[in-house]
Amino acid sequence: MIVFENVSMNYRRSVSPALDDVSFEIRDGEFVFLVGQSGAGKSSILRLLMREVTPKEGTVIVDEINVGRLRKRKIPNLRRKFGMVFQDFRLLPEKSVAENVAFAMQILGKTRKEIKQTVPQVLDLVGLLDKSNRRPNQLSGGEQQRVAIARALINRPSILLADEPTGNLDPDTTIDIMRLLDQINRAGTTVLMATHDASIVDQMRKRVIQVENGKIARDQSQGNYGY
Amino acid sequence: MSRFFARIRFVLSEMWQGISRSFTLTIALIATFAISLSLMGVSLLVGAQVNEMKDYWFDRVEVSIFLCTAGSDSANCQSAATDEQKVEFEADLEELRPLVSEVFFESNQDAYQRFIERFSDSPIAANVVPEQLPESYRVKLSDPEQFLVIVEKFSNRPGIEAVRDQRATLNSLFAVLNGLQVLALGFAVSMLAVTMLLISNTIRVTAYARRRELAIMRLVGASKLSIRLPFILETAFSAVIGAALSAGVLAAVKGYLVDEVIATRFLFTSFFGWDAVQEAILISSAAGIALALFASWLGISRHLRA
Repeated sequence: MIVFENVSMNYRRSVSPALDDVSFEIRDGEFVFLVGQSGAGKSSILRLLMREVTPKEGTVIVDEINVGRLRKRKIPNLRRKFGMVFQDFRLLPEKSVAENVAFAMQILGKTRKEIKQTVPQVLDLVGLLDKSNRRPNQLSGGEQQRVAIARALINRPSILLADEPTGNLDPDTTIDIMRLLDQINRAGTTVLMATHDASIVDQMRKRVIQVENGKIARDQSQGNYGY
Repeated sequence: MSRFFARIRFVLSEMWQGISRSFTLTIALIATFAISLSLMGVSLLVGAQVNEMKDYWFDRVEVSIFLCTAGSDSANCQSAATDEQKVEFEADLEELRPLVSEVFFESNQDAYQRFIERFSDSPIAANVVPEQLPESYRVKLSDPEQFLVIVEKFSNRPGIEAVRDQRATLNSLFAVLNGLQVLALGFAVSMLAVTMLLISNTIRVTAYARRRELAIMRLVGASKLSIRLPFILETAFSAVIGAALSAGVLAAVKGYLVDEVIATRFLFTSFFGWDAVQEAILISSAAGIALALFASWLGISRHLRA
């Protein structure tokens, strides 16, 4: 459950607010597109959720945690609720596919046994089990994004945040990735995806929250991109 | 429990990655730790030597009261000291017990023997007769610092040519040793300052080389400690190796330089023992490791704001 309640925030050295009185609610298990032009405030919403920034006014709540008021040493606990996927994949080039995914488990102190069990399951889910030992530079863009998704899912987060995950991919690959995200969502994970790819939003017919100049311009279930 | 070991294994493997990614800097860091901790240890050893010599010499040094000889040209000397005067001096010295712990009268015959022994190679010895050398009281004090009491009591008295404290000579030697100690400590402190700068730089380079891993660690929700620990351990690792090398240097200073080279040439004094070496190693190693922990915590906090 994600709640934004009258949230405003500024970046330093910026006159106009990045977000201005934003309110919305996302229930567990929803699939939500966050659309809007570059600089409209999509990334700010994601960064607020991860507590990379704090709101100037209003409250951000994730699973009953008041994110803005969270004590610093509790931030890691908040971040473990999320899996995060980026436009540029952010894989470690010198590690294999399996090692990249395992790294996220090692960070949280999971045992070798747990890692050995879980990594193949998740790689199978994203369809890359046969490429476990490849390096990222031996994979296509779509495959690299699948590895990144596998890494985001490996610690079983309740919410998947995706920031322009298809921004670097061709249309066919984009459709594959969207199918995968939809499949993950159907398995129970909340998905919040920031994008400005109109065609996917139109095809998927999911809830759309549109941000413009830091304000919510539209919040529509089963929306299209730009009406 | 196995989770705990998994964490330790992860932190150690991250530490090892950090060391191998900035290998040359790690070598430089180990070298500066070794040099600065050696200098610090040497400074402590010089200090131990000064104390050792003070103990050794202050037990042996005496205040000498030289009596007039026939040839003295001091204003207090009309003639050689008379027997009545000597009785008076001895009574006065007895009165000063317990400050005066021992009194030894050196006759001019005794003084002559010592003189002949010391200058046996020199032609002067042949020209000296016992009467030219002053008789003296050699006075040992229970508290050598109280030497002025003797000076006040005995100088400027008829029959006494001079009162001399042998410590005055030793003190100039100690001043030289103290200067050396301060110098070594000064070098050690400036090397430790260089070490701190190097720690900060090494962390910067390692953090940059590992920026992708660090970004993912933060994203996945690694705790602050597990992000920082590899960097701190990496610096502590360099400090421990550097401290081990400096321990070797200090052991060599004692085992070879002091025991084999210096002690065989300077027989007149004693030298610091292995307990002083042990103490110097402990203190400098502890200082080095404490500095490593402090500087790396500071450095990593500056480079990795969560």
